[in-house]
Amino acid sequence: MRYHTNALSAARPMTKPKTPHFDTLSLHAGARPDPQTGARATPIYQSASFVFPDSDHAAALFNMERAGHVYSRISNPTCAVLEERIAALEGGVGAIATASGQAALHLAIVTLLGAGQHIVASRALYGGSHNLLDFTLPRFGVTTTFVDPRDLDAWRTAIRPETRLFFGETLGNPGLDVLDIPRVAELAHDHGLPLLVDSTFTTPYLLQPFALGADLAFHSATKFLSGHGVVIGGLLVDSGQFDWDDPQARGKFPTLTEPYAGFHNMVFAEESTVAGFLLRARREGIRDFGACMAPFTAFQILQGIETLPLRMARHVENARRIVAFLAAHPLVESVGYPELPTHPDHALAAKLLPKGSGAVFSFNLKGTRAQGRTFVEALKLFSHLANVGDAKSLVIHPASTTHFRMTADDLVRAGVTEGMIRLSVGLENPDDLIEDLSRALYAAGKV
Amino acid sequence: MRAVVLGNDVYAYTGARAVDTGHPSVVFVHGAGNDHSVWALQSRYFAHHGWNALAVDLPAHGRSGGAPLASVEALADWLVAFLDAAGVAQAALVGHSMGSLAALECAARHADRVSKLALVGTAAPMPVSEMLLEAAKRNDHVACELITGWSFSAAKQLGGSQVPGLWLTGNGLRLLEREKPGVLYADLAACNGYVAGETSAAKLRCAVLAILGARDLMAPARNARALIAKFADARVVTIPDCGHSLMAEQPDAVLDALRAFLIPAT
Repeated sequence: MRYHTNALSAARPMTKPKTPHFDTLSLHAGARPDPQTGARATPIYQSASFVFPDSDHAAALFNMERAGHVYSRISNPTCAVLEERIAALEGGVGAIATASGQAALHLAIVTLLGAGQHIVASRALYGGSHNLLDFTLPRFGVTTTFVDPRDLDAWRTAIRPETRLFFGETLGNPGLDVLDIPRVAELAHDHGLPLLVDSTFTTPYLLQPFALGADLAFHSATKFLSGHGVVIGGLLVDSGQFDWDDPQARGKFPTLTEPYAGFHNMVFAEESTVAGFLLRARREGIRDFGACMAPFTAFQILQGIETLPLRMARHVENARRIVAFLAAHPLVESVGYPELPTHPDHALAAKLLPKGSGAVFSFNLKGTRAQGRTFVEALKLFSHLANVGDAKSLVIHPASTTHFRMTADDLVRAGVTEGMIRLSVGLENPDDLIEDLSRALYAAGKV
Repeated sequence: MRAVVLGNDVYAYTGARAVDTGHPSVVFVHGAGNDHSVWALQSRYFAHHGWNALAVDLPAHGRSGGAPLASVEALADWLVAFLDAAGVAQAALVGHSMGSLAALECAARHADRVSKLALVGTAAPMPVSEMLLEAAKRNDHVACELITGWSFSAAKQLGGSQVPGLWLTGNGLRLLEREKPGVLYADLAACNGYVAGETSAAKLRCAVLAILGARDLMAPARNARALIAKFADARVVTIPDCGHSLMAEQPDAVLDALRAFLIPAT
């Protein structure tokens, strides 16, 4: 045999293999026509359990000696297709589908950390993530220091001996702070720490965090990945790049590097050199905490991902049109979109987000809170609700909804103002969206 | 387990079981640029079914120290040193790709130490293309990409892992990326320089199993025919629709073939 010129014949020497492109992977990764029925779409395996051929096979499945499905809390064939697909799109080694984005964040944290340990996180976070870190996890002994994501020194000085994780959003919510992943990841790695990012706003179409140095990523798949506002789901993806036994990290992650009595003394980082984190997350976190995804949900997210490249390009195109319209409007005080020169991360966005800075952004109205309320209520195409990443355009007032539990000081630190309005730009004709915004701004101006 | 072999610290995965001299032993030998974890499912099965299963990290690979060995012959002799260090008098050897050559040569040189031989994704000779060798010599990431691209069947390039949630090509690529500079080149050069395969095969008297992937681009099944013809006692299992990364693409089929070969029918 030749590793290069082989049995394909000497007339057709092997050339550098061509790997499938992003849009092809969006449609095909993890899936194939069903071998039993020929069904082209991924079937919804709506089954709690899977039959064992014999007792030895059953025992081998339970003991990770054979590959396959046992019980849909641990794994499910429909969910597995989705897991492979997001891992392929992110350039990772694998993924776990969870009940929600919050469940994915929780799964990442509890797989690595225990009581007495510490996280350094960006303070520009989704309100739900902030709640988990600031209010809920301290009850279980895990604390967090929040830092300005743009201040590398703040990340550095927040590190303690018990720190085990850096966490930020690729695009911060709601101010679109662009996380400088290469620099933050480098700092984390210098201290033997992994960087976890929430990639919900960017999706792998706009930014692939692993290629920039992040180690773990999660998505609220409810948003752009599913794309139609009909499911709740999360995805946790492992890059396979972080070496849990590296000299810098050694001893910090006993959940991965020491025998686990809860699974036959398995040492997960030895069992799988590059996917030990995922093994532990599935064999402990999903098994014991149980926040798994339903197969029907996975099916719908798969449907969404099939058109992710097309939708994201249109989301960004529409967002750019609307950003330009609002930035020029006399009733608009400011627009926070990284592609505008006025945004503090303009240069970084040009470098990390060449395809666009997403379709969720905020702007500030001139005038009173009453005018803001009038604006939101006058919109007809934009739906007033608590979600982003829908095919339909959405609007919300963060200070009174998604971030309402935060104190006034925390709101300022998170970049949320009283007059801020957040838009999630959908796939409607942009002229119609601009007409809707124009009408609502006119109504607000008359108050 | 950890052992000192020829002065270097060596790791072998054992499924969290200690070596029991009352049990039969099987040693799993990985291929170029890989480590013990490519055998995770198969080695764990044997470890939990009455065997001493030792999935070793060859020198300089994975968790083992030392420098990479320069030839298949050196790898073969090293395997016997490893058996000595592990306290194993005789073992079945299961090797993949480069590991299959090391296992073959070990069985030829040290017949009394090898009970049976299973060669997975094998062929001999195993010349390596200049493009790949040169990229590996430069420690160029292209070498990892070439191997990953050629190691999985066309269908598996789009996924379909039997292990839920794993992206196979991503796993393969990351594992190659983990190796220290120079290790992959040393491995490929060892494969490229090995010419004794058919001669060594003719010396063997132990039972041999070849497990081949019907879609293997790295070691095409047809290229193993001449080697297999030299064995006195050989059987062949060809796995349909399977590329060179057989243990990842078809873990159960590989395990079933190994069980049928290594475990006597009762």
